[in-house]
Amino acid sequence: MSQQNDDGAEQTVAELMTQYTYARHKPPLAESREVLRARIPGWGADLDPADRPSVPQEVYDPAASGARWTFPERQPGGEGRERSVEHAFLTPVFGTAQPLRGASGALRRVAYRRFSEGRAAHWLLLLAADRVDVAEGFVSAAVRGRPDNLVAETGVLSERRRHGLSSRLGRGRADVVHHALDPVVVAGPWVLASVASYRVVRRIRGARR
Amino acid sequence: MRAMVYRGPYRIRVEEKDRPRIEHPGDAIIKVTLAAICGSDLHLYHGMMPDTRVGHTFGHEFVGVVDEVGPDVRNLKVGDRVMVPFNIYCGSCFFCARGLYSNCHNVNANATAVGGIYGYSHTCGGYDGGQAEYVRVPFADVGPALIPEWMSDEDALMCTDALATGYFGAQLGEIREGDTVVVFGAGPVGLYAALSSWLMGAGRVLVVDHLDHRLEKARTFAHAETINFAEHDDVVVHLKRITGFLGADVAIDAVGAEADGNLLMHVTSAKLKLQGGSPVALNWAIDGVRKGGSVSVMGAYGPMFSAVKFGDALNKGLTLRMNQCPVKRQWPRLFEHIRNGHLRPSEIITHRFPLEHIAEGYHTFSAKLDGIIKPVIVPAA
Repeated sequence: MSQQNDDGAEQTVAELMTQYTYARHKPPLAESREVLRARIPGWGADLDPADRPSVPQEVYDPAASGARWTFPERQPGGEGRERSVEHAFLTPVFGTAQPLRGASGALRRVAYRRFSEGRAAHWLLLLAADRVDVAEGFVSAAVRGRPDNLVAETGVLSERRRHGLSSRLGRGRADVVHHALDPVVVAGPWVLASVASYRVVRRIRGARR
Repeated sequence: MRAMVYRGPYRIRVEEKDRPRIEHPGDAIIKVTLAAICGSDLHLYHGMMPDTRVGHTFGHEFVGVVDEVGPDVRNLKVGDRVMVPFNIYCGSCFFCARGLYSNCHNVNANATAVGGIYGYSHTCGGYDGGQAEYVRVPFADVGPALIPEWMSDEDALMCTDALATGYFGAQLGEIREGDTVVVFGAGPVGLYAALSSWLMGAGRVLVVDHLDHRLEKARTFAHAETINFAEHDDVVVHLKRITGFLGADVAIDAVGAEADGNLLMHVTSAKLKLQGGSPVALNWAIDGVRKGGSVSVMGAYGPMFSAVKFGDALNKGLTLRMNQCPVKRQWPRLFEHIRNGHLRPSEIITHRFPLEHIAEGYHTFSAKLDGIIKPVIVPAA
């Protein structure tokens, strides 16, 4: 490995390192500012930090946002809504999508009431509740007459139209090795739940006989 | 109205939902004309984000037309064409008063460690998002802005998150003239971060990914040199070699929680949910940047712990900077760059899906099929 110096003489990397990196200088760039300015539209337009809108990131300027209030009017309907224990009170404005319900809701309420955001238990309980929620949603959708279509909802039926094979194979993609895990992640819990349900039903029937 | 709803990991569908209503005097209801799927939506889609509830409508990148306003809204009127930053924020709390709009304390009851984000789980406030026909927009006098007449809806859509975040990421890198910048990830945020690095005077910009179509885009769109990490036994050593064994001056992580490049890290985070995110790109950034350099983190990570190489960051004297982007602060300068032709945001859009086909859109984006870089959802199609 070598490159030419300004005089056209070959220098090894080790020789070059004695001029920069291991000595005081920074390795030279291949392109000058003139070349870069000609090649890249807008090169250096924000060179001056004063032209960068988030420099510095924190600037005290209460008028900049356009807010006309010092504390927002409170949104009604927040009684009983879950909140982080790290908040002093329910925030004046909050989301109302998908309120707590069912067993997943009970788990989530425990996570919010008992554990701060700094505790792993808070997040692990919420993740567990998410899985319970999926099972509850599956049952309630079926009851409502709009059952889940476990295949169509994954979008996997578009594989052929979206060139699934040619997009993955022969392209040196690093992620292909774990694509096979995706069906396991999606279908695995359903297979396990089905097997468990079958065994429970068989055991109950056996006990009755 | 029709809306995308989450049904469980890797499963979504379109359902009939109630049209959102004014719940606070400062709210507006926006009829969505375009929405985008963000790479960070995939973390929700894959079931990685705690408290992602069945029935939740995703989508934090959207533009539309004002359909209804609350009694206190003064700056918007019905029929206005608006762009909405992905941050929900009050404009008046301790953090908003200091320009930290993405860290607002008054809109997310569920967590203090993250602000409010449309359609991004209850951990981010429990607001339904914009991959729907209509969406509720709180603090309508603070967040949304009229789309300039000269700007296309698709350019405006890119400004609601991806472009603003990439531009913000380059700023957090504190780039100086002649710096070598390495960007990990050639998705939309990485491409915009690479392009923004040139605006700030970078002397060399390198983009690292493993998807050939994205690396091609990094060369043609972002004028960057590219590194396919799958072709190198150790991408950090390669980076050192091509930077004179110094390392880059600035590294930008534009990958986040589902980074590839280390099977154990990817599987323990993206598949088994044992980490808040796969820190492969972040660790490469820490190891690939020079001593005393800066690492800017724009990739999204979950709230759980991740196996980050903090010792290396300490011993190298690195400056680590990160935040969710305060989008609206970026807009005036970004608008100038777009108008001057320095930035052409919508050139990265590769796919447009009708809302009814959104499951196909998510699968295509998640599995990186069909040369996809940025998918857009069209509710009215």
